[in-house]
Amino acid sequence: MTTATDDRTTLTPVRRRSHFGVRGLRSAGFGVVIGICLSLAFGYSIWSALAHSVCISTSCWFVIDSTRLLVVRWQHRHAAPGSPEAETRWPGWPWMLLIIVFGTIIGFSVGNPVADLITGRSSPGFLRGTWSQGLALLVMSLLPGLVITYYFYSRETIAAKEAAVETAQRQAAEHQLKLLESQLEPHMLFNTLANLRVLIGVDPPRAQAMLDQLIAFLRATLSASRAARHPLSAEFARLSDYLALMQIRMGERLQTHFDLPDELAALPVPPLLLQPLVENSIKHGLEPKVAGGRIDVSARREGEQLVLQVHDTGAGLSNGHSDGTQFGLLQVRERLATLYGAKATLELANAGGTEGGTLATLRLPLPATPPTP
Amino acid sequence: MNATALIAEDEPLLAANLQAELARAWPALQIVANVRHGAAAVEAALAQRPDVVFLDIQMPGMTGLEAAQALSEDWPEALPLPLIVFVTAYDQYALQAFERAAVDYVLKPVLPERLAQTCTRVQSALRQRRDSGNNPAASLEATLAQLRGLLASNGHAQAPAMGSAPVQLSVIQAAVGTAIHMVPVAEVLYFEAADKYVRVITAEREYLVRTSLRELLPQLDAQRFWQVHRGTVVRADAIATAVRDESGKVLLTLRDHKDKLTASRLYAHLFKAM
Repeated sequence: MTTATDDRTTLTPVRRRSHFGVRGLRSAGFGVVIGICLSLAFGYSIWSALAHSVCISTSCWFVIDSTRLLVVRWQHRHAAPGSPEAETRWPGWPWMLLIIVFGTIIGFSVGNPVADLITGRSSPGFLRGTWSQGLALLVMSLLPGLVITYYFYSRETIAAKEAAVETAQRQAAEHQLKLLESQLEPHMLFNTLANLRVLIGVDPPRAQAMLDQLIAFLRATLSASRAARHPLSAEFARLSDYLALMQIRMGERLQTHFDLPDELAALPVPPLLLQPLVENSIKHGLEPKVAGGRIDVSARREGEQLVLQVHDTGAGLSNGHSDGTQFGLLQVRERLATLYGAKATLELANAGGTEGGTLATLRLPLPATPPTP
Repeated sequence: MNATALIAEDEPLLAANLQAELARAWPALQIVANVRHGAAAVEAALAQRPDVVFLDIQMPGMTGLEAAQALSEDWPEALPLPLIVFVTAYDQYALQAFERAAVDYVLKPVLPERLAQTCTRVQSALRQRRDSGNNPAASLEATLAQLRGLLASNGHAQAPAMGSAPVQLSVIQAAVGTAIHMVPVAEVLYFEAADKYVRVITAEREYLVRTSLRELLPQLDAQRFWQVHRGTVVRADAIATAVRDESGKVLLTLRDHKDKLTASRLYAHLFKAM
């Protein structure tokens, strides 16, 4: 549990998306650089070059950035909720090029006279002077616009990516914590320890066996998230450890039966995939039932599918679903979706038959090359 | 000090251990029954009438709290209720409730020192009861108040665990033959638990639905539907009169129905003049 919290605090702090005003200041800073370059290159007076480039770049920035925000807002309104278009602050390059041309013309036409007012000099605009002079001016103003836009674009993209990574890491940590809490359920743990304490006094060899099973169960639970796959035989062994612990607690109220054909034993499966299903069988199936019952865990091959079943002869599914938060099932479904997409399914149904109870059926695609020929 | 006790614990090893630890801590305590579930606890306690019952909270069928409720409702009026000690492995909400309600509890694993404390406390409560000349009424009211507190906080403790608040039912869908009858909840006079079913009684007729009262209760508006007994939930505005008898129970008559209902002592406090 502490690991998850530590992970969260040691995450690199994410650079926040820059503010509108901050972008304005940065653009003015670019204006200063451009002004110095122009004055050095063409021998303009530094004061006049600075005034013009700062005024023009600031007003270009203002028009471009605010037009971009308007376009983005319009796009958000017409995007499906939850789609990437509804989240982004980037209208896309075609839109942006249009905005830059439009913003540069307007920004130049506003910024240039303002600078003239400040410096008391008259400098050529797009429309004064010759046609080619106007075009040259436009291109000269467009180039910095493109460069600056690209600079802001990549900054924002990096920030957005960092934010997405941070969110994903936080969600993973939270999920891990919840998973751990659900598997190391305090009620189960303390009841098991209470039984162990009694056994130490009355039956030391059995206590030792129980402790071994508890150790194996804890180790599997804590490391399950680290290994991507383990053999089906290991999965069955972990379930058997867990059920052996439960058997000491429940006595004759719990019977178990495992059916794993030899040819399937080596098949790789995600670790502890069946654990939540078996826990549900105990918690919602057998524990509420005074007489208890039996849990059968089985594996078989059906064509290109591996079929894993957890069957209990317990209370069956209640139509109210009022007990529990369904976290276990949700977690199995999420793992299946991540690992196998639509190729894996989980079905939960009333078992029917004379014994009743609940039947959970998991179908996984078999690996392309079976380990046994 | 001689006394009799009952143990209800579903895990056999823990049940045997509690009995052994009690024998060490309180040799004169005679264990008259050691049972594995709530319903058996109620049955055995009513038959054996022990002075103390040790009830595990999580048991199959009927929980320890429900067993305590059933005991308080079915216990003969002339006798003092047994002292109740709850046993639990881990239940932070319940523990807070126990502290408030001042009912004693034992944590699993049961530690000898803690159990000895409990025994001392139970002994002094029993001594007090015997000295005061067996006045069942006084101790009963105290126990009922404690149980009320526990049952109320237990409901609160379970609500957040279910995620969102349960949806309130507006219609009861009851199967009659091959048809499904849609019974508006507003027309229901009362609900009565009947084994694995709930009887739904309206002014015209009654229906059976396959659910438990425990599952149904959170889906009913608690302002309109009052639980008056562990097996009875009645629509408050369908009640015509409430008359308290000498045992502390309350007899209810209904407006549109000849049935008479009994509110148990645990819920009798609901019926007071304004």
